[in-house]
Amino acid sequence: MRAISYTRATDVPGAVAAVTNDPGSSFLAGGTTEVDLLRLDVLRPNRLVDINRLPLADIEDRADGGLVIGALARMSEVAQAPGVVERYPMLSQSLLLGASAQLRHMASMGGNLMQRVRCSYYRDPESACNKRVPGSGCSALEGVHRGHAILGTSEHCIATHPSDMAVALVALDAVVQVEGVKGTRTIPVDDFFLLPDDTPEREHPLTPGELITAIEVPPLPMARRSLYLKVRDRESYEFALASAAVALALEDGVIRGVRLALGGVATKPWRAHRAEETLLGQPADEDMFARAAAAELAPAVTRPMNAFKAELARRTVVRALRTAVALRGET
Amino acid sequence: MADKGASLSVAKPSTMEIRGPDGVRMELVVNGVSRVLHLEPRVSLLDALREHMALTGTKKGCDQGTCGACTVWVDGRRVLACLTLAITCEGRDVTTIEGLTEGDELHPMQRAFLEHDALQCGYCTPGQIMSAVALLNEGHAETDREIAEWMSGNICRCAAYPHIRSAIREVRDRKTGQ
Amino acid sequence: MTTGSTLEAVGRPLDRVDGAAKVTGSGRYAAEFTPPGTAYAALVGARTASGRIIGINTGAAEDADGVLAVLTHRNLPKVAAPPHLLPSLAGHAAPGESFFPMQDEVVHYFGEPVAMVIADSYERAQFAARQVHVDYARDASVTTLDEGRDQAYEPEAIFAGFLPARSVRGDIKAGFAAAAQRLDATYHFAANHHHPIEPSATTAVWDGDRLTLYDATQGIVASQRTVAALLGIPPSKVRVRASFVGGGFGCKAMIWPHVTLAAMAARWVRRPVKLALTREQMATSCGHREEQEQRIELGATDDGRLTALRHHKLSLTSPFDEWAEPSLSIAAQAYACPHYEGVYRLIRGNTMTPTFTRGPGETTGMFALECTMDELAHRIGVDPVQLRLRNHAHADPNTGHPWSSDGAQECYQRGAARFDWQSRNPEPRSERDGNWLIGKGMATAGYPVFFPMQPQRARARLYADGSAVVQAGTQEFGTGAATAMTQVAADGLGVPLHQVRFEYGDTDLPNVAATVGSAGAGMISAAVHTAVTALRDQLIAQAVLDPASPLHGVDPAAVVVSQGRMELRDDSGTGETYRQLMERHFMTDMDALGSWSPPAPDVPYGLATFGAQFAEVAVDQDLGLVRVRRMVGVFAPGRVLNAKTARSQAMGGMLWGIGQALLEGAVTDTRDGRWANAGLGEYLLPVNADAPDVAIEFVEVPDPVVNPLGVKGLGEVGMVGAAAAIANAVFHATGYRARELPIRIEHLL
Repeated sequence: MRAISYTRATDVPGAVAAVTNDPGSSFLAGGTTEVDLLRLDVLRPNRLVDINRLPLADIEDRADGGLVIGALARMSEVAQAPGVVERYPMLSQSLLLGASAQLRHMASMGGNLMQRVRCSYYRDPESACNKRVPGSGCSALEGVHRGHAILGTSEHCIATHPSDMAVALVALDAVVQVEGVKGTRTIPVDDFFLLPDDTPEREHPLTPGELITAIEVPPLPMARRSLYLKVRDRESYEFALASAAVALALEDGVIRGVRLALGGVATKPWRAHRAEETLLGQPADEDMFARAAAAELAPAVTRPMNAFKAELARRTVVRALRTAVALRGET
Repeated sequence: MADKGASLSVAKPSTMEIRGPDGVRMELVVNGVSRVLHLEPRVSLLDALREHMALTGTKKGCDQGTCGACTVWVDGRRVLACLTLAITCEGRDVTTIEGLTEGDELHPMQRAFLEHDALQCGYCTPGQIMSAVALLNEGHAETDREIAEWMSGNICRCAAYPHIRSAIREVRDRKTGQ
Repeated sequence: MTTGSTLEAVGRPLDRVDGAAKVTGSGRYAAEFTPPGTAYAALVGARTASGRIIGINTGAAEDADGVLAVLTHRNLPKVAAPPHLLPSLAGHAAPGESFFPMQDEVVHYFGEPVAMVIADSYERAQFAARQVHVDYARDASVTTLDEGRDQAYEPEAIFAGFLPARSVRGDIKAGFAAAAQRLDATYHFAANHHHPIEPSATTAVWDGDRLTLYDATQGIVASQRTVAALLGIPPSKVRVRASFVGGGFGCKAMIWPHVTLAAMAARWVRRPVKLALTREQMATSCGHREEQEQRIELGATDDGRLTALRHHKLSLTSPFDEWAEPSLSIAAQAYACPHYEGVYRLIRGNTMTPTFTRGPGETTGMFALECTMDELAHRIGVDPVQLRLRNHAHADPNTGHPWSSDGAQECYQRGAARFDWQSRNPEPRSERDGNWLIGKGMATAGYPVFFPMQPQRARARLYADGSAVVQAGTQEFGTGAATAMTQVAADGLGVPLHQVRFEYGDTDLPNVAATVGSAGAGMISAAVHTAVTALRDQLIAQAVLDPASPLHGVDPAAVVVSQGRMELRDDSGTGETYRQLMERHFMTDMDALGSWSPPAPDVPYGLATFGAQFAEVAVDQDLGLVRVRRMVGVFAPGRVLNAKTARSQAMGGMLWGIGQALLEGAVTDTRDGRWANAGLGEYLLPVNADAPDVAIEFVEVPDPVVNPLGVKGLGEVGMVGAAAAIANAVFHATGYRARELPIRIEHLL
């Protein structure tokens, strides 16, 4: 880790101004990704602006049934907030299935949205990686890529987005509030994550110094019986190989509403629009689930070591949908 | 501190002191004792404890948040000291395994670990115990399955896991008077 | 146990004597000594698997804040003698590979140290290490079996020359000719890393020409001898200390270059130096279980009696050593099969020399054999337990010698009963629980009994107040040795447990070989027992000669000691305490050195520890998930010194089987030979939620051959067969026969 200077931010505008005015600086929240990558010499800021004491940790119930979650609320707090557990179980589950209890106490919601990929070439500062050093090449394409993405990839990057929570947020159409020197703006969470395309180094539409202040989760009655299914080698403390966040609205066995997003298989938290379109207005049966899963995975681009992920993702989608139906007490 | 962040008035650099990158004075409260240290801001809480305070009970297993051996409490919550910069703990209460005993008296969890042989090499043990005590306070120890899940952030390569669960169970049941 | 004492402490489930230090965090491990002025060393690893350094720029590192020195092949002193691999059980210098880095510009494997930075703080050393820039001329490399198949060869011998590469008995062709059933299966094993939670570390402190090392080692004596030999200084000048060691599992059983590098660094900067490997360096600094492939060809009669077994192994070794973990030993001995052929073949690759990894060799060898046995059982419709019983070897099939002790059959029977094996429906896919298919499998466990090559020594001292200190130059890395030896000493001396302190972890104490290959409990207990009984016998002899003693003139063999009192076996009223004897003679204390010579290697007995493993798994085949629900292990390790710590050790081994079966596979990027999953976020160790409850039983078989207390050891056998039981359970659940470890989601979809 290079030598760094440290500033403790005492207010949001000050924090934003500090990072905006000092291009070599970064915000420091929970640190669970950032300190790791600093030590690996992957991130090289010369100054950290510690935002942990900013008053951005509240979780507020909105009158319309939605939520506003402060960017500095910790994963563990959000996972157990009554409003989240009751109204958005998929979000609570996605948080609890992520990382470990200790890391969930540390990691903030905003930081979770900003976490970096786990690609072993990204994490190794001497390997070629377009995300770390644009134009240097992608080592994963011909390298070890069992955990890598099959959706949303480009010839420049196939790193999987590692967040579980963000998958639920994408399914829920959450909105990210950011604050910069030019003011406040909101970004739909699906737009908050950029596909690698030919600029894999650019992961978010943020300008330098813009700070996530909150995440809005709009009301969604069908989310009350939603779920997050995570598939991984190890029973706990591992990133997903495939995951699915699902909420269904059924009427006489017919799907009247559906939210579906995938994790572990894509370069960004993956809203399954094709599957959703396939399912809407159709009977909630195994055949439809399989067709929806197949539709979503149709554009998958696999490589030798991660070819299984297409099938695994299909099965994960089917299992999640089936479980969601069972949760509603309708078959 | 007056500015609550709602407005976008000009920042107040006076409240935003830049410290480091050379060694800076910081005061940490560890196990109830205040200590003044001169450390570079990049020094982790883990290295501050082990290399600068002679508190080596907190272990370094991976230094990257993947093993749990460095589990300590900051303001009562279990966290990983390897991913925490020491300077960020100013004004917080840090508790390490050395702060768990009262005098010569072992904490009930420490006794239970001994009795259930919930350890072998002992290197992950302080982290396990700090996690286990926190787990009971968090209320995630109702079933063995729950204990297992909520203790999965502490890797024990000797694989004392079943004994770790029985130690936690025993302390839980004693607490609840069962 | 010889006459003279009774067993009061041995076997009891005593709490660990070092437990309080471990649960309070007060025990100090190798990297936890920080003498004033301590500097920190950081290693820079090679970025190619094969090639030459053509340029090395240390300027930026040397200019970095706090840097005291940057050492490379250009300025690092040469070692005094080329290292020569020798297993540390030999008691000599024991380099993990016949190679020492930074002696010239040639690079042999990825991660090989090419530079070492020493700075005045940990952070500064780590940062400066990143500033060393090395240019390489890269050569083609071989880092996987697939890359080197065409270069495979059969060596003369493996394992530092100790094991012949080819062994046969009977007539293998005749054996297959007599077979009604033939099976032929090839198994692939990914490389494994040990990853103890304490990374290897050495703190080196020079005082003039004397060196003290605080080392994370399974063999302080091996550390001492190796460093002394490489530095060219007398071993008497090197003292190695290790009171606490955070797990070894084989990666601290041999002495790897970083230990000597720490000493060199400290000499160079004239300050104490602490060198702790990073987690990712653990994958390239202290050996690994090599990637390997094993082919089993089995011939059997229709009722399952083995007629022929051919067992071939192909594995990757280093450019320096013909090393293969010995996978063909127990598999050749477990069953009464008359015709056998075992062959090791090697490929010289660009890796470091592989090394012992828990259950070394036997855990892969028995995986291959026991999965094939399961296949045979299924094919001919014989219950897997019955098949093992039917083929049980009542004598060592290699030599015809009787086992020094056996117990295998009782292990099968007790295990089957404890597991409720008989309720198992042999039909695969016959049991279901929701989305989960349930399967049950079993396998034989076994591990050879190894002897050290030198006499093992311990010293005992009894004070006149009846308290005792017993010392041996061994180390405790979680095995429970410190506790068990306290028990052995108490019983041998005939004093209460609380009166005995066992001291270890210091090469100034009498020498004991490295603790490896499950030999520790047997050889250390033998040395301790020899020392304490020698002391006891001296005191009895003195009493017998002493006209003032009630025991004057009695037959010393008729005297027993209990609770510190020497008394006649048949007349406990006649006797006196040690204290009475010693005070009468104005003695403050008495010492004895015990030296135990292990049996000759050609002792006319078969030597092995056997056991039986049972596992129940749940498989969600849609999602490819395997979860182990319960395990039962029954082992016959000779005498159990401490029922509690022995149980823990066996349990640890069994749960390692989960890692081997389902999670642990090191993957190489063949382009540069880098392990792509060196960290613990990617190289998956079992976590608490992966570990089911484990039932363990011991069949205590008396063994008069192996050592005075009949201790055969438990560290390895608990793991052997565990992965096979799991894989066989996966077959029973799903019908999928694993040919590749670890079994991954993609295999089951």
